[in-house]
Amino acid sequence: MISGEKLTLVSHVDAINWNRIQDDVDSEVWDRLTANFWLPEKVPLSNDVQSWATLTEDEKTLTMRVFTGLTLLDTIQGTVGAVSLIPDALTPHEEAVYTNIAFMESVHAKSYSSIFSTLSNTKQIDEAFRWSTENQNLQRKAKIVLDYYRGDDPLKRKVASTLLESFLFYSGFYLPMYWSSHAKLTNTADLIRLIIRDEAVHGYYIGYKYQRGLELESEARKQELKDYTFNLLFELYENEVQYTHDLYDGVGLSEDVKKFLHYNANKALMNLGYEAMFPAAVTDVNPAILSALSPNADENHDFFSGSGSSYVIGKAVNTEDEDWDF
Amino acid sequence: MLVVYYSSSSEYTHKFARKLRHPTQRLPLLTRDEMPEIDEPYVLITPTYGAGPNRGSVPKQVKKFLATAKANRTNLLGVIGAGNTNFGQNYCRAADLVAAKCNVPVLYRFELLGTPEDVAKVDEGLEELCQRQQRSEI
Repeated sequence: MISGEKLTLVSHVDAINWNRIQDDVDSEVWDRLTANFWLPEKVPLSNDVQSWATLTEDEKTLTMRVFTGLTLLDTIQGTVGAVSLIPDALTPHEEAVYTNIAFMESVHAKSYSSIFSTLSNTKQIDEAFRWSTENQNLQRKAKIVLDYYRGDDPLKRKVASTLLESFLFYSGFYLPMYWSSHAKLTNTADLIRLIIRDEAVHGYYIGYKYQRGLELESEARKQELKDYTFNLLFELYENEVQYTHDLYDGVGLSEDVKKFLHYNANKALMNLGYEAMFPAAVTDVNPAILSALSPNADENHDFFSGSGSSYVIGKAVNTEDEDWDF
Repeated sequence: MLVVYYSSSSEYTHKFARKLRHPTQRLPLLTRDEMPEIDEPYVLITPTYGAGPNRGSVPKQVKKFLATAKANRTNLLGVIGAGNTNFGQNYCRAADLVAAKCNVPVLYRFELLGTPEDVAKVDEGLEELCQRQQRSEI
């Protein structure tokens, strides 16, 4: 629980009418989020028990720490972040979408506990949670974000929220993708991919609402918010680099993780409507990580070669739909 | 090379398309609007919608555009996908589907608004495609 000022509740609420939509994106995102709904119990995590046993003690400790770090972020987003956006919503449907996002973040937070209880033991779990409360860079990351959520600027809250959804998770998401690319903990990776998919919709939606809000602002204020966004990203980035070294130096993966951070920082900025900041030279994510994320992601860079795999006439895909009438 | 694209009100694909050196044409936002008929070779950029299999990855506007006139299918040289790798195997699924349906290649994939490198590569690729097209017409 967050101590401090008491939550102020509104005194009047109108019944939400889903048959009168002011912003189509609200209902599109609601449909998408509900279609994506999942629970950790659906993922056969116990199939990873044997694979877990092949990890070294250091690798196990790293994995546990990464997941407690992610648990903390999801807890923040579920109990504070997404909730703090509700009073700023412009439509009742936007409020409803945030309640969905908040709940799903709590599902994410709980799913790490499912992974722990399947693979690990109470002693290791307690140690990992203790580490999460003691790691300065993790705590600092949480504090930076919480401070902005408690601030009084609705658009700045959306920036902080989008950076959390689209950037801050990725120092952690790297590891299950890495294991998956080595054919380890593949069921755990499947669960993390579900979380990654959800965070993409969350980041897209909150970033979209930020841009709608920005349209109503003066030029001076637009500039202020842009500067604020880049400053906050830098502040978080510097901390994220330290956090990455804390976690990954021991296994020699820090430089590889940093590329993944740059790549995702760019995507977070794009979700807020800004151009990518990190140049291609530092966003060349390890192809094995990219293809663990998305099997056809590494086909990007073969434009019109005439011989490469991308220049293959569309392979037969199950056509999904009714209305391809031609 | 003419580029025809669909972009929803989130404007992601629009922001990418307007940076290209090549002429572009945006499809109408509303499905009830009349779709254009394209009478020259062109490349289509489409984002991907929906949550996965059987959920309508291809935007309705793109389907309607392709169904509107035979010329829109015969003049289609290839498809460029806009998406987000976070969607895993559904990344740029709409581009894959349109390409398979129209028997043309997926030429490129980019994420969200695209990076400057994506813009440069697509510009270059379209230029090459133009030249290839001219050669084949001679």
